Amino acid sequence: MSHVIPYIAAIQEAIREEMERDERVLYFGQNMATSPEDPFLKQFGPDRVRVTPISETAEIGMATGAAVAGYRPVVELYMAEFLLVATDQVVNEGTRFHFMSKGAVSVPMVMVAGYGFTAGWAGQHTGSIYGMFMGVPGLKVALPSTPADAKGLMTTAIRDDNPVLFFQNYLLLLEEGEVPDGEHAVPFGVADVKRSGSDLTLVATGYAVHTALGAAESLARRGVSVEVIDPRTIAPLDVDTILSSVARTGHLVLVDQATRHSSVAAVIAAEVAELGFSSLEAPISMVTALDSSIAYSKPVEEFVLPDEHKVVRAVEASLGLAPASS
Amino acid sequence: MTETTYAATIAATLAAAMRADERVVVLGEDVALGGPYLATKGLAEEFGTARVVNTPISEAAICGVAIGAAQSGLRPVVEVMFVDFIGLALDQLVNGAAKAHFMSGGQLCVPMVLRTQGGAGQRGAAQHSQSLESWLTHVPGLKVVVPASAREVAALLPSAIADPNPVVVVESKTLYFRHETLPDEGVSPEPLGHARVVRRGDDVTIVATSKMVHEATEAAARLSEHGVEAEVIDPRTLVPLDLPTIAASVRRTGRLVIAHEAVEHGGFGAEIAAEVQEACFYDLDAPIVRVGAPFTPVPLSPALEDAYVPGTAEILDGVRRVLG
Amino acid sequence: MAGGGTGDPGGGAGDPGGGAEDPGGGALDAAAAERLLATMWRIRAFEERLEPLKRSSMVHGLTHLSIGQEAVAAGVCTQLRDDEPVYSNHRANGHALAKGVDMGKLLAELMGRADGCCRGLGGSMHVVDVAHGFLGATGVVGGNLPFAVGSALASRLLGRARPAVVFFGDGAAQTGIFAETVNLASLWQVPVVFVCENNGFAEFTPRSAHTRVERVSDLAAPFCVAARTVDGNDVVEVHGAFADALSQARAGSGPYLLECLTHRLSGHYVGDPGGYRAALEDEAWRARDPIARLVRQAAAAGWFDAEHARAAEAAARDEVEAAVAFALGSPFPDPSIPAELTYARS
Repeated sequence: MSHVIPYIAAIQEAIREEMERDERVLYFGQNMATSPEDPFLKQFGPDRVRVTPISETAEIGMATGAAVAGYRPVVELYMAEFLLVATDQVVNEGTRFHFMSKGAVSVPMVMVAGYGFTAGWAGQHTGSIYGMFMGVPGLKVALPSTPADAKGLMTTAIRDDNPVLFFQNYLLLLEEGEVPDGEHAVPFGVADVKRSGSDLTLVATGYAVHTALGAAESLARRGVSVEVIDPRTIAPLDVDTILSSVARTGHLVLVDQATRHSSVAAVIAAEVAELGFSSLEAPISMVTALDSSIAYSKPVEEFVLPDEHKVVRAVEASLGLAPASS
Repeated sequence: MTETTYAATIAATLAAAMRADERVVVLGEDVALGGPYLATKGLAEEFGTARVVNTPISEAAICGVAIGAAQSGLRPVVEVMFVDFIGLALDQLVNGAAKAHFMSGGQLCVPMVLRTQGGAGQRGAAQHSQSLESWLTHVPGLKVVVPASAREVAALLPSAIADPNPVVVVESKTLYFRHETLPDEGVSPEPLGHARVVRRGDDVTIVATSKMVHEATEAAARLSEHGVEAEVIDPRTLVPLDLPTIAASVRRTGRLVIAHEAVEHGGFGAEIAAEVQEACFYDLDAPIVRVGAPFTPVPLSPALEDAYVPGTAEILDGVRRVLG
Repeated sequence: MAGGGTGDPGGGAGDPGGGAEDPGGGALDAAAAERLLATMWRIRAFEERLEPLKRSSMVHGLTHLSIGQEAVAAGVCTQLRDDEPVYSNHRANGHALAKGVDMGKLLAELMGRADGCCRGLGGSMHVVDVAHGFLGATGVVGGNLPFAVGSALASRLLGRARPAVVFFGDGAAQTGIFAETVNLASLWQVPVVFVCENNGFAEFTPRSAHTRVERVSDLAAPFCVAARTVDGNDVVEVHGAFADALSQARAGSGPYLLECLTHRLSGHYVGDPGGYRAALEDEAWRARDPIARLVRQAAAAGWFDAEHARAAEAAARDEVEAAVAFALGSPFPDPSIPAELTYARS
C-alpha cells in the first residue's frame, strides 16, 4: 500500500517518524518553527525543535557536538550554496571524529540543504554543488529524485552513524509521488533503475533524473530503448549497477545539473572508463550545465542548463543515429 | 645557474611583482614574519607592513577583504596557510570572487591570487595534510594553478598575479625546501593553461600534478631501464586545463595513467579521465588508470601516512596495469 | 576608540515607539530635503510597481522589497559621490536607486534583459553599477561585509580619501563573517561605515528567535568601533547621523557603525506567504511611514509644501512607467553570453 504526497512532505514524514521512533533525534535550523503553531514544535517541543539564527558554521558545529554526545541531529541549512559559508564544519570536523578516534566516536547527523532553484534565483542560489562533497572521505551524500526516495533516504540518513548531506531539489519540492505506507528506508549506495532499456544507459542524479526520463520517453517513441539509472546517493556510489547496465548496452550518457568540470558526471565517467572499458562501444558523454555561473535572465539560464533536447542529442550521437527532425 | 628552493622562489617572485607594481599587496596570517615555510621571507622588510599585512585568524574575512581590494584597484595576494582551512573561506571564494565578473555582466573584475598549500607527508594528520584542489576546479570563474617546482613557480606565479581573475595557487608543503637550480637570467613568465611535457615517450602517457610530477619522472626513469618509454605531462594549471596537449599524447601512446596526491575517488584525475575518454576513445588501447590516495582521511601515524601517500611504486603499478 | 554610545530613538526592541518627531537639524536645507523626498518616492513607486510585475512574471526570480525602509537608503546614499563605493545586500533596489543606478537599467536587469545594468546576468540580488559606485548586492547574508573593508584598504594604499559603505541587516549580525570583518576594520582603522538596517527579521525569523541582542550597535563597542542607533524611519535623523559619520570617514577616521531601526512593510520576498508576520503591528509602523513623516517635517521647517510632495510622487510614478517601457523594449541577452563572461580577459 502506498500514499501520494509531495516530495517535501515525504521528507517531513521521515523526520517526524524518526523523531517519534527515537527521542535522540533533534531537528533545528533556519527559518523553521518560527511560529508556536509549527507542527514539529507542537508535537516534539522546543527542546527538540528549534529555529536558529543565520549562523551556518555554528549550526553545523553544534550538531556535531550534539551527535558526539549521543543525539542524532537533523539540521536545516536552507540553500546549498550557504553550505560554502560553513564548509570547514561540513568536511573538517564531523567527518573526522570517527577516523581520528579510531572508531570510538561516531557522528550521526544529517545536514539538509536545497539546491537548483533554477527559476531566476541567479548566481548564488541555484548552483548544484553536491559534487564538491563527493570526494570527502567520511561524508555521505544523498540526492533523492522522487518522494519515495526522499522519504526512504531521509530515514536512512537519520539512522546512519555518519554525517550525511541530504540535498533536496527546490523545483521538486511540490512534485507528488507514491510513497510506501509504513516504515520506508532506502539503503545508501544502491542505485535504482528508474526505467529499463537495452540500447543505452542514462545515469542521472537528483533533478536530472526527470530530464533523463523525459528524454527516454521521447526516444522510446522512436524505438530507442534507454535504461535510466539513478544512483540516489553519490557517496557511497553504486558503480556496479551502472557497470552491469553498460555491459548490456555498451553506451553511456551521463546527465548532471551541475557544471561539467570536476562534476559527479566526470567521476562516474572515469570509473566506468576504467572498470567498464571493454564493454564500451562509444565514448561516454556528459550532458551537464555549462561551465559558468547560472545566469538570472531566463533564456540564458535555459541555455546554460541541461534539458531533454540536449540529452536526446547526446544519445543520438552515442548510438550514431540521425538527429530527429524537431 | 642559481641554486634556490621552491619557497625562496615564491618570495623572490612576490618581491619582483611588488617592485614592478605598487598595487600588489600581500595579506595573510604571519606573512610579515615570513610565514611558516618562509615563502614571504623578506617582503615586510623591503615593502613595509602597509603592503605586507599580517592578519588575524579570519580566513573568510581576509579573503573578502582581498575581493573588495581587488574590486577597488589593488592586486592582492592572500595566503591561506593550509588548504585544509579553505573551507572557512569557500563562500567568499566561490560566491564572492568567482562569480563577480559574470554576475555584474562583466563590470567587476577580481584580480586576486590566493596562495595556499596542501599535501601529506609531514605528519600533519587529517586536518593539515589534505589535497583539496578538486573542489576548486568545480567552480567556474576560478583558475587553479599547481606548481610542481621552483621553475614553475617562477613561470606561473607572475601570470597568476597579472591575471584579471581570481587564481588559486596550491603549493606543496613537501616541495618548499627542495633544491633546484634556475638560470641566472631568470625564468620568463608563461601563460596559464599550458601543460609542460616533462619527458618524451611513446609507450604510455603519465599525467601527474605537483609533487607527483617528480614521482612520475622517477617512475619513467625506471621504466626506461626496462625498455618502456613513458611520456610525463604536468598540466600545471587544472583550470584552464590543457586538454589538447594531453589528448595528443594519448593518441600517440594509447595508454594513460593519471597520478595525484588527492583521494583517487572524486579527485581531479576523474575530470582528466572523463575528458580524455571522450576525446580519445578510439585511440585508447587500455582503460585509463588513476593513481591517488585511498578514500580515507589522512592518518597521523608515520607508517600509515607513508602507506597512504601515493608515489613512484604506485605509479609503476598503474603503468603495469595499462600495459597489461 | 572614538567613543560614540548608542542612541535610542524611543521604544524598545524595534518598537516604532511614539517619541516626538525631530523637526530636522540645521544641517538639512530645502534642496537636500527635496532630494530625500524625491529619492524615497522613486524607491517606493518603483517597488510598488515591481510587485505586480513580479506576480505577472514580467519580473522573474527572487525579488526582495524594502517598502517602509526607504529613509535609510535615501539618507545614506544621496550624500555619497559616485567614486565612494556602496556594497548592498539582497534587499538592494532602494540602495541602488538612491546611489544613482538608472531606473530603466535596474528594471531591465530585474526582467533579465540585455540592457540591464548587469546585462541580465545578475538579477535583483546581484545588482552592480560600477559607474555609480554601486559595487554590488549579494545573496549571501553578510557575505560582502569584508569587501567594503578591502575597498577602503585599497583606497588608503592608493592614496585616495574615499570611504566605503556597506549595508547589512540585523540577521547578518549573527554571522561569523560580521565579527571577523568588524574586528579587521577596527584593527586596521580603515574608513568604512557599516550601515545596519535593523528591521527585526532575519529572513523569516523574528529577532526574538535569533538573538537576545536588541541593538546591533551594542556589538560594536567590544571591537572598539564607534556606533550610534537612530530612528531609521526618520530620514532627517538618518541623514544627519550619516553626514557626521561620512565627514569623519572622509577625513580618514576608522570604522563606524550606524544602526537604523526600521521595518519592512512586506514579506521577505515577493510571494512570501508571510504567515510568520501575522502577529506584527504593521499598522503602528505605517503611522511612521518615512515619506509622510518627511512631508510633515518639511512643512514645519518650511522646506517644501504638500503640493511639492504630490508633484514628487507624480514625477516618480512617471519615471517608473518610463522605466517599464524601456525595460520591456529591451531584448533578452544572447544566450551564448556566459562563455564570454565567465572569465575576465586581460
